[in-house]
Parts: sequence; C-alpha cells; structure tokens
Amino acid sequence: MDQKILEAKNVTKYFHDPITFQVLKEISFSVNRGEFVSVIGKSGCGKSTLLYILSTMDTDYEGEILIDGESMRDKKEAELAMVRNEKIGFVFQFHYLLNEFSVLKNVMLPGLKLGKYSAAEVEHKAYEKLKILGIESEALKKPNQVSGGQKQRVAIARALINDPLIIMGDEPTGNLDKKNSEIVFGIFQELAEVYNQSLLIVTHDNEFAARTHRIIEMEDGRII
Amino acid sequence: MNHKLIADVSRSLLLARWKQTLVAAIGVTFSITMFISLLSFMSGLNDLLDGLIINRTPHIRMYNEIKPSAQQPVSLSEKYKDHYNFISTVKPKKERLEIYNNAVIMNYLQKDDRILGIAPKITTQVFYNVGAVDLAGAINGIDVEAENKLFLFQDYVSAGNYVDLKNTPNSIILGKGLSEKMLADIGDVIQVTTSRGERMSLKVVGFFQSGLQDIDNTQSYASITTTQKLLAESGSYITDIQVKLKDINLAPAMALEFQNLFDLEAVDIQTANAQFETGSSVRTIISYSVGITLLIVAGFGIYNILNMMIYEKMDSIAILKATGFSGKDVNRIFITIALSIGIFGGILGLIFGFGLSALIDQIPFNTPSLPTIKTYPVNYNPAFYIIGAVFSIVTTYLAGYFPSRKASKIDPVIIIRGK
Repeated sequence: MDQKILEAKNVTKYFHDPITFQVLKEISFSVNRGEFVSVIGKSGCGKSTLLYILSTMDTDYEGEILIDGESMRDKKEAELAMVRNEKIGFVFQFHYLLNEFSVLKNVMLPGLKLGKYSAAEVEHKAYEKLKILGIESEALKKPNQVSGGQKQRVAIARALINDPLIIMGDEPTGNLDKKNSEIVFGIFQELAEVYNQSLLIVTHDNEFAARTHRIIEMEDGRII
Repeated sequence: MNHKLIADVSRSLLLARWKQTLVAAIGVTFSITMFISLLSFMSGLNDLLDGLIINRTPHIRMYNEIKPSAQQPVSLSEKYKDHYNFISTVKPKKERLEIYNNAVIMNYLQKDDRILGIAPKITTQVFYNVGAVDLAGAINGIDVEAENKLFLFQDYVSAGNYVDLKNTPNSIILGKGLSEKMLADIGDVIQVTTSRGERMSLKVVGFFQSGLQDIDNTQSYASITTTQKLLAESGSYITDIQVKLKDINLAPAMALEFQNLFDLEAVDIQTANAQFETGSSVRTIISYSVGITLLIVAGFGIYNILNMMIYEKMDSIAILKATGFSGKDVNRIFITIALSIGIFGGILGLIFGFGLSALIDQIPFNTPSLPTIKTYPVNYNPAFYIIGAVFSIVTTYLAGYFPSRKASKIDPVIIIRGK
C-alpha cells in the first residue's frame, strides 16, 4: 500500500497582486493510496493555495504535480477538467449544490459527465453513495429543502460518485456545528478505514487533524 | 451522452429563470413577427405599385419619332467639308409614323429567344364627338390577344369583356373617365374624328380603368384592324412595336441593339420609368433596416439576460468546472440556452408573422384607381421567412457568444476561495 497517488515536487507559487509575494516555497510531499492526510497551519500560511494547485484548478505555479504518476504540467484545460472529473473528488467549506437539480441529480452530474456508465447505472451508484452517507431518503428533495449538515453530506456523495483516487477537502467542517462536524469526520474516517479511500483535508481544526493518519503542518509557505 | 447532459443542464438553468427567458423569447418573437409582416406588406405594396407600371409598359418600345435630322445636307457635302456651317431654324421633315417593313422586323424579333413576346400597336390622336363638343384624346389600336397575354389587358377592363374588342367589328373600349364625360354606356355607338378629318362610328363594348386618371380621361382601346380602318391605312400599318423580355434587366442593352439594327427609336422601361425602380428599392431598404434593427434590439435583450444569468450562476459554473466540466462544456451550455431562446422565439415569430400578414391581407383596401384590388396587398414570399429564421438564429448566437465566453473563462478558484 505504498503506491504514491499524489506527489508534489518543489512546488513554488507567487502572488503578484498587490505586490509580488512568495506563498509557497518549494513544497515537496506525497500521499499514498488509502492514506488520510490533514494539512494544518495558521491562516495565510498557504495551505488552501497548495490544495488548489494540487487539485489542478490553479495552474500558475512552478514545480511539478504528479497525479497517479502522471504530470499535470503540460495538460490543456479540457484535459485537466477530465482529470478532476475522474480522479479527484472535492468537498469545500460551502456545499456548492445546484438548486435547480434534485439532491440525486447533483450527485449524478459528475458521473454523467464522465460518461463511463449509463444514466441508470449512475443513478444506482448515486443511491449507493447516498446510502453510505445515510441520506438516501432525501434523494428526491431539492438542496434548499435539506439541512446544512445534510447538504455537506450530499457534497461528499457527489465527490465520491466517480470513485476518485483522492478526495480533497478545503475546511469541509468549517461551516458546520459541532454535531455535524462530528458526523462528517466520522464519514471521512469510515471512508478511509472501510473503503480504503485516500483523503487530503485542509483544516485549521487541530482536534480534527489529530485523528487523521498523518498531519502536514505548514508555516509561511513551508512544510515543517 | 455529453450532449444530452449539456442539454439537460441548459434546460434546468433556463427553467430556473423561466420568466426572464420568456421575456427574451417574446422579444425575439415580436421582432420576427414585425420583420415578416413588415416585409410581406411592403413588398406586396411594391409589387402592386411596380405592377401598375411594369405590367402594362413594354420592356422595349420601338417607334418612329418626328425629329430634325442629325446631319444636314451641307455637312455631308465634300465641297464644304473644311467650312464651319451654321444653319438656323432647322425643322423636322415630313415623315410618316408608320414603321416600315414591320412584318420583317416582327418576324426577326419572334425568333429571338431573349424575348417573351411582342405586340404591335397603333397610337393615334382623335376627337370624341359628344353633341356639339369635341373631346381631344387618343385611341390605341392593339392586337387584343397579344396585349392581354403580355400586358394583362383584362385586369383593367372594369366592365364588359375584352374579347369583344376583337370579335365585334368597329368596337371600342372607353376609359372610365371618358365614358362618364360622354355619358356612354355599353352598347351605345359613339362618333370619333381623326386628325385628318375622317369620321367613324364605333360601338362601346366595355370600359377600362388603369388607375392613372390622365389616361382614363382621354384614352380608349380599339383593335388594330378597326384603327387601320379609322385611319384609312393598309393592313400593314402599325406605329409601335412593344417587346416584353424574359429578363427585364436586359432591356437597356437590347434597346440600344434594336435601335441600331432597325434604325428606329427604341426606349427601354428603365429609362422611361426610372423613378419607380428607385422608389421600390428605397422602400425595400427601409423595411429591411427596420426589421433588422428590431432583431438586433432583441439580441441585446438576450445578451443582457444571459449576462445576468451568468452573474447569478457564478457558483454553479464554478462547481461544474471543479467537478470536471471544461470551459468548452460551460460555453456550450450557455450557447444552447441562447439558441433555444432564439429558435423557440423565432418559430413563434414566423407563425405570428404569417398570421399578421394574413390579417393585413383581409383588411379592405378600396381605391377607385385600382379596380382589381380589394384588400391590402401582401407578398407571402418564403424568402422573408428564411431570412427571418436565419437571422433570429444568428443574432441569438451572437448575443449568447460573448456571455458564454465569459462564463467559460470563470476561474473556479476565485469563486470558491471568495466564500
């Protein structure tokens, strides 16, 4: 189980506005299959910036990112979109569900986009994921009809739909109360332990981080 | 698969803002409706007005004109070649109006396949005798069948049957205004005097109404043989040859050609009626520009609505991109939205446009000068519908293009981090 699925080599990033400022300084690390990793650090230390670079959404960096052994350096926008679709699942601080679609359809969208399975199969898979998260009874409701904690769980189900290599989270519990945070953390732990899912979660909650397999602590753009 | 998904997402976004969408579609519908009915009505009117002239005017008219010779004998003389010759008060010499050798000319013209048909004609000045009063006027001697075939003679015969002109010897069809002055009814016999003083009785078999008051008050029609008799001329006497072409645009060039070939005056319709062509093209330009302006305004409406939609749906676009939709997919979603508005609004517009034209077609339009017209003229030219359909799609595509491009360039990181 030592296969590296995500690797960063000497990743450096500058912000140019308002003044040139080095946010990330030659960051190198890797995540293995099945690992549950958390990234912590003070706000402004560059942990979210690192996550967006790793997620391929931010392409303005120096160094190299390897996902599943493949370099992301020279890929085009559409190819990166495919990588995100197939190999990465996202959970953000805010749920970002589309109110025009039902909960079920929201979960299905990335699966339909991938186009590997038929619509009926994707629907079946979406139900399975919702079942894992214990919210299959809400499947046909609109996102604005379910509670905040449930919304975040729908977002996790959406991240899982294409069986991604890794799930990335940017403060996924940041907007939730204690009880719901606990539920979400429980889900992450279950995914890591039972389903052998790799996770990379950015958080500023040290209590949360302490319960993960590995903690990466950052300060001033460096890993310490 | 991908197309279906994009259509699905587009539809949901559309329905989520269905009121705005409807307003945009109504804008397109309205503009296409107005475009179609405006053009149909305008071009119907153009056809009517052009028809007034073009249908009864020969494309080329050949005749002998009385005018002074261009070359006077003295300038042809060898002896005075090196002199400046001044001749004052030159007068035209006596010349007959008859076209010489007209049978040969007509034979030649009939074999030319640029020509649709020819009709010989005699025009002569007469006096209509009403009691003690003589009314000045003119009689057109026509080949009844050729005239009807080429210049739709029967459309202007408002009472009586035009064929009687050929079948009844010594018959005449009077202008409507003229008949009122003379108190002549169908079946009455009237007297005319030619410019040479010969007198003849003619039987009235009908009235015609051309729509041009001057003509209706002074002119009348008789058959060629009747007119020849009236003038005491032989059966080969004619003064005009009228030519109708297959392509009216060839008229100026062919007029010149015949003028040189037959040594006659030949006038083409463009020269004789230049103002009508100018009028039609100006009216067409005006109606096209109004129609296209309407469509462009509708296009701006769509542009605004899509722009607003993109600002509202910034989050949705960001998450779609984060979960694997490429910029191209997002672009296609918004283009699909714009085109659906355009196609839906456009089809409705075509239907309403047809309906409105049909309605205009039913509005009574009675004018004494146009006896055959009962309602407003409308031209149901399919070309207008095709232009309308193409234009509605092109404008909505362009209106969707820029907002879509903006949507496709949205950087998900900025949106997601901004929260």
